[in-house]
Amino acid sequence: MALSWTVFDLARAVQTQACSAREAVEESFRRLESHDPNIGAFLSHDRVRSLRRALVVDGAVSRGEWVGPLAGVPVAVKDNLCASFGLTTCGSRILESFRSTYDAHVVERLESAGAIVIGKTNLDEFAMGSSCEHSAFFPTRNPWDATRVAGGSSGGSAAAVAARIVPAAMGSDTGGSIRLPASFCGVTGLKPAYGRVSRYGLVAFASSLDQIGPITTDARDAALVLSVIAGHDARDSTSVKAPVPDYVSSLEESPHSVRVGLSEEYFAEGLGDSVRRAVMEGVEHLRRDGAEIVYIHLPHMKYATACYYLIASSEASSNLARFDGVHYGYRTESPQDMFELYTGTRGEGFGKEVKRRIMLGTFALSSGYYDAYYLKALKVRTLIQRDFDRAFEQVDVIASPVAPTTAFGLGEKSRDPLAMYLSDIYTISANLAGLCAISVPCGFDDRGMPIGLQLMGRAFGEEKLLAVAHRYQSLTNHHRQAPASMADDTSTKRL
Amino acid sequence: MSAIDKNTVRYVATLARLRLSEAEIDRMAGELSAIVSYVWQLNEVDTTNVPPTAHPLPVTNVFREDIIRPGVDAEEALRNAPEAHGDFFRVPKVLDQEEA
Repeated sequence: MALSWTVFDLARAVQTQACSAREAVEESFRRLESHDPNIGAFLSHDRVRSLRRALVVDGAVSRGEWVGPLAGVPVAVKDNLCASFGLTTCGSRILESFRSTYDAHVVERLESAGAIVIGKTNLDEFAMGSSCEHSAFFPTRNPWDATRVAGGSSGGSAAAVAARIVPAAMGSDTGGSIRLPASFCGVTGLKPAYGRVSRYGLVAFASSLDQIGPITTDARDAALVLSVIAGHDARDSTSVKAPVPDYVSSLEESPHSVRVGLSEEYFAEGLGDSVRRAVMEGVEHLRRDGAEIVYIHLPHMKYATACYYLIASSEASSNLARFDGVHYGYRTESPQDMFELYTGTRGEGFGKEVKRRIMLGTFALSSGYYDAYYLKALKVRTLIQRDFDRAFEQVDVIASPVAPTTAFGLGEKSRDPLAMYLSDIYTISANLAGLCAISVPCGFDDRGMPIGLQLMGRAFGEEKLLAVAHRYQSLTNHHRQAPASMADDTSTKRL
Repeated sequence: MSAIDKNTVRYVATLARLRLSEAEIDRMAGELSAIVSYVWQLNEVDTTNVPPTAHPLPVTNVFREDIIRPGVDAEEALRNAPEAHGDFFRVPKVLDQEEA
């Protein structure tokens, strides 16, 4: 019998001994070997460790033990999440040979729920980028068309799921880094509300914006993985103590008369026609299903990109001060004094985009410019947050495109930083306001590239958000599509 | 908003402890000028009496019990050190003999 390549079905198959964890891991590596040379989703992987863990899972299952909700499921994690095995590079030369001494909270949670972390995925260096071309090692290519980008910064994770190498991969999202690549690669990407998932062990980019979340093929798997990783962790004081709902069982409580907000600010000039059409079709599906469409106004939305790049870069310039060549990572050759040690190490170790952001952030925080740039951005952030507070008095979710276009060509935007920044125009306000948001596949453009529909929910409103996304996916088939060379891998008969 | 010139780039690079080549300084001046003139649009927004938001959640200090818990030992802490000496991280001399 064919077994669908989803977290949900694989975990159940392993727990009921319909297939073994070892078979699931071997299948995952077979796919990795066949597809990854063309897309470059993985920076590292460890078959020996994965198989060893699979044997532990299979042993427990055969003794009749309950392993956990992710029993035997092969998963991948973005390489800015620390793991006590293998390397944690952040896609940077400065951490090229860095070995973390501990596991990130989410790595711990995934593996204690029975999942098997098979490898670490590629990213724009320190998660700064929208295309995955800013990795210091190699760009990740789009599984739908290898001449196009996977999107970023969690491009490796999105591509690995799109290519059906793993049914789930972890990403991080500071301004759209889960949702944008999910949209470009035709998979489902969830950014939980700020504080929902502990950031312990996530190498910090912008601490008031960073959040970890799952990339999966559908909303049900996103709900299942979120149930595992969400919740308070004393090691991240910004993770909230709110109880974690059972996201999977609340999916089935169909969202009666959900109010879906539409804001013209998300459909302004620059939005591609095919994207607009697919997103509006998606909204129409929800309306025909009984959703009420409410027109809302978010007057400060257009300032979100400017606001974001100042705040994120300022926080980054502070967070990345720790890479100084003293405690870990790359160090420049024979520095004469501490100043040379710092400047040489950082000048040689960081890539172009990271340097650009450190410079922008340092400038915005520097004496004489702080009020005009950083402080001004923080005040505009308040106004953006208030816009959303008002909107969520009238609606349950807000629907919009994820990005103005589908995946662009490799090299197309890498010479124009500002053009690249504008890829995030629709995603960053959710980070500024701390909301939860999800990207779900909603169609294809005329070249066959996937388009994403973004649904945003209020902070800690993941239950409702996931229920609407799940409802949408029960009405449509876009999320079941896979790139032609991977189409046979949406299920597996080999197990 | 005036453009960011090369001297400003050099000054900011010193603050950020980044060594940049002349070519990088040149390119950075152009790129940062473009970004800074884009973000200058924030000045269209009236923010009189608007408080700044540094964090999406109301953050309060979190205390924990002062209990001894296992930490990272020296060997582990030095595992990734570019240069170590005994139980210490090794760096170039910080003070001159006369100053010391």
